[in-house]
Amino acid sequence: MTPAAIVRAGFRDQNPGLVQLLGLCPLLAVSTSLGSGLGLGLATMVVLVASNGLVSLVGRSLPAEIRIAVFVLLIAALVTTVELALAAWLPGLHTALGIFLPLIVTNCLVLARAEAFASRQPVGNALLDGFAMGGGFLVVLVALGSVREVLGRGSLGGDLHLLLGSGGPTYGLHLFGEQHGFLLALLPPGAFILLGLGLAWRQARKATDPAAASGAAVTGGKPGEATS
Amino acid sequence: MAASPERPAHRTIRAAMVLAAVAIAAFGLVAVVHELTRDRIAATERARELARFDQVLAGLPHDNDLLADTLTLRDAELPGSTEAVTAYRARFHGQPVAVVLEPVAPDGYAGAIRLLIAIAPDGTILGVRALSHRETPGLGDFIDTRKSDWMQQFTGKSAGSSAAARWRVRKDGGEFDQYTGATITSRAVVGTVGSTLEFFARHRDELLAAPATIEP
Repeated sequence: MTPAAIVRAGFRDQNPGLVQLLGLCPLLAVSTSLGSGLGLGLATMVVLVASNGLVSLVGRSLPAEIRIAVFVLLIAALVTTVELALAAWLPGLHTALGIFLPLIVTNCLVLARAEAFASRQPVGNALLDGFAMGGGFLVVLVALGSVREVLGRGSLGGDLHLLLGSGGPTYGLHLFGEQHGFLLALLPPGAFILLGLGLAWRQARKATDPAAASGAAVTGGKPGEATS
Repeated sequence: MAASPERPAHRTIRAAMVLAAVAIAAFGLVAVVHELTRDRIAATERARELARFDQVLAGLPHDNDLLADTLTLRDAELPGSTEAVTAYRARFHGQPVAVVLEPVAPDGYAGAIRLLIAIAPDGTILGVRALSHRETPGLGDFIDTRKSDWMQQFTGKSAGSSAAARWRVRKDGGEFDQYTGATITSRAVVGTVGSTLEFFARHRDELLAAPATIEP
């Protein structure tokens, strides 16, 4: 695959959040604000790039029986590394992401890319795929988080200090008072409704854009089949 | 794989050894990272605990290390706690100025609400905060001091005489405001703060005077 095709697949044609529907549990649970969405998106992307790289290096020399077990071990070690690093250097973000940080281990997006792509591709392609798929996931997380934060809390980026460190200037836009927020947007049903609108938008674009539709077919994925 | 001339037993052993090698490598990576981050994580954890105490002590001057001056009470009946209770003491020039307790209100609308309460030696409340809760956002989360100043109404209150009757929400004949639409949450917090004060009154001398227990 060409690099451009890999990037297009991750961000658009095979977008994990809107087309493959992988990793929906953290996507829906953590996207309550721009800051936490960005934080989990970046953490997932780091894990995905590193696991794709490692899997691509060892994948083809592994006996078939233990391949998945080795992938899970590698992913678990990487996630624990990221979690410890966040606990040490960004404790606020670590607290905000809570259980969903260690649960990146079970995000089927990571294992799916390891098994379906990275184990059969050269390292360069695998790293780029990790970046593109992680980036596609990040974009959906940030978009959903931004919309939910604006609707539910009347602010945008109000908790970016979790990422950028507190004590500096206050971050974010404050559009209206939190007590006037649309509560549904912050609750789980709001996450489902807004993601549903996102899916509908993606489907509508695919229907009117023949290039995107054929692109999805060429990469040979199975959209909408696996969810977690 | 199908073309491999290896015998099945050799294949299995080889696979097991590869898996073991990867497991050891993964373990090594996590161990190294854990070693590198351990001190920093302990320091941030400590800073976070101290910041929590600062919130309920509200600037009360103290010159001791609260995390080192703790007292573990066995068989104590702090609300919602069935195990040993830890009390933190704040001192200024050796004199106790506050006791910080961590009671749990077990009967919140969405499960237990962990509270942090600072009480002055005379039984007056210095501050109350919710440490963790799962109350409904927008309805029950007024106990978060960033969302509402409802928790401030406890500051300066003490158990007094007929404590059990007064430490209720107004709806139940007590003297504390319930938060409209979230009576269950209000009731749980008010009741727990009240029984924590009673607990303090019963164990006051022990809480203030006993030497610090060494944490095991």
